[in-house]
Amino acid sequence: MTAAATVSSVRRPRRLGRALPGAFWGLILLTPAFVSLASVSFYPIVNGLNLSLTNTSLITQDQDFTGLSNYVQLWGDPQFWNAWWHTMWFTAASTVLETVIGLGMALILCEAFKGRGLVRAAMLVPWAMPTVVTSKMFGWLFDGQNGIINYLLLHAGLIDQNVNWYGSPDTAMITIIIADVWKTTPFMALLLLTGLQTVPISLIEAARMDGAKGWITFWHIRLPLLMPTLLIAGLFRALDAFRVFDLVYVLTGGGPADSTETLSTLSYKVLFSTLQFGYGSAVSTAMFITEGIIALVFVVYLVRQIRRAQ
Amino acid sequence: MNETRSPLQSFVIYAGALLILVWSGGPFIWQFSTSFQLDKMLTSGSPSLIPHPFTLEHYYNAFVEKQLHRYVWNSLVVSLATTFLCLFVGSLAAFALSRLNIKGRFGILMVILSVSMFPQIALVGPLYLVATNLGLLDTYTALIITYLALGLPLVTWVLFGYFETLPREIDEAARMDGVSVPGLLWRIILPMSLPSLVTTGLLAFITAWNEFLFALAFTSNIDRQTIPVGIANFTNLYYVPWGDIAAASAVVTVPLILLVLFFQRHIIEGLTQGGVKE
Repeated sequence: MTAAATVSSVRRPRRLGRALPGAFWGLILLTPAFVSLASVSFYPIVNGLNLSLTNTSLITQDQDFTGLSNYVQLWGDPQFWNAWWHTMWFTAASTVLETVIGLGMALILCEAFKGRGLVRAAMLVPWAMPTVVTSKMFGWLFDGQNGIINYLLLHAGLIDQNVNWYGSPDTAMITIIIADVWKTTPFMALLLLTGLQTVPISLIEAARMDGAKGWITFWHIRLPLLMPTLLIAGLFRALDAFRVFDLVYVLTGGGPADSTETLSTLSYKVLFSTLQFGYGSAVSTAMFITEGIIALVFVVYLVRQIRRAQ
Repeated sequence: MNETRSPLQSFVIYAGALLILVWSGGPFIWQFSTSFQLDKMLTSGSPSLIPHPFTLEHYYNAFVEKQLHRYVWNSLVVSLATTFLCLFVGSLAAFALSRLNIKGRFGILMVILSVSMFPQIALVGPLYLVATNLGLLDTYTALIITYLALGLPLVTWVLFGYFETLPREIDEAARMDGVSVPGLLWRIILPMSLPSLVTTGLLAFITAWNEFLFALAFTSNIDRQTIPVGIANFTNLYYVPWGDIAAASAVVTVPLILLVLFFQRHIIEGLTQGGVKE
């Protein structure tokens, strides 16, 4: 800081804008990042699009251009639509649950109470844990025979007999959603908490002075101000949930009876079990397109909300 | 606002806080306790949180039978290399975007951030073909190159946010003292950013440590497989060894949790600044 002081006394004319020339060093410093992202993210997307127009298979060694035939096959493939619906259902359910429960947690953390630091710290545990470990952990918690969840529910009188949670097509998807909600909600809550803390306290106190009840201040002051944060956090969450792979692959492998098959697990199986890279790429490209549409809908809605607020 | 709280409100807040605590910590505590219990106690039908009798059998199985330490070693190599590469490449990019006169900086930042939202399953097929052609299957290199790109968006974004908070007068002063552009980054900006480098490094480390999909696709033997792949394959022929799995889970998760708890304040600040404020 002494250097800054001496220089300011010299008083040279300030250059406009940023102090440093950009072109040369900018190029050099950004190149490694560009090379990395271009080769590991952009190239595969483009190449995947390319592959999806061929009948590439590592078994038959075919590699011929077949136009849109993979997509035609995809359109009539019940397995694909089965996985598509599961993925949409999983994304919608987990995003909504995580946002709502996360908001509830954030509202509690917003208050001052003893042990708040401890609670906040504990909330990072699910986030830091490897998803594969989470998946195995829920496998044990929700085990059909000796799972602690069955034991607790049975003793609380909420169920009459053990539920075969992820071993039965009726409840498998629900178990996976519960596991995902467990893992991501606390972090969502921490994101929303920082959003809530930017709401000026004076505003809330003024409303209380005017006799507004807690519920009213929440609904008319906090929630509208939190809306942009809520939507952005929701968007990131939805895009992330849409790609769900680890949880499903490890807990159920897409079963039983394909009841938890999602687009990621289906793509992975087509790619690495049947080695049909052409068709598998069509599945993952279709997934990429769906994800793009979800993002677009969110962003359009977000921009509208922000415009309306102004 | 505290004094205006009614007993009912206080009750709701403390009950809620307790619920969050049980929610966040409960499942892992049960997993931890499971790792010290005998199989016959786990299947006895009357579970108990306190291990009785206490056993280290599952840890023995995890390390001796399943060779957990070899996965841990692979994960350490890959994650540490990824962390340092991510910090290096990410700080160069973040510095350029924050300090240099670059047109369309925010456009570039948005592109970098949107890359992190690509579905990874769409990348894994083509990258697998590339890795096959280059002979990189079953190597650390393939994983490190991939994880660098996975971690880079977040690292760049968070470091950019931190660099933006450093006053620009420093740049000018340094420039007038004849410090070159790389010198400014290396000798002035980076030393001032140590706290942020530690947390972004931790984020990159966690990303690599926890990654499963690419590790599953690119590695096929224990010489290169990382922990998530190892644990996913923890099965016995006739039954699921829940105790062994619990022991392995504890081994790979407890150090991570301790790190995260130690740096929790920085992590929350870093991530929220990257995720929401823009």
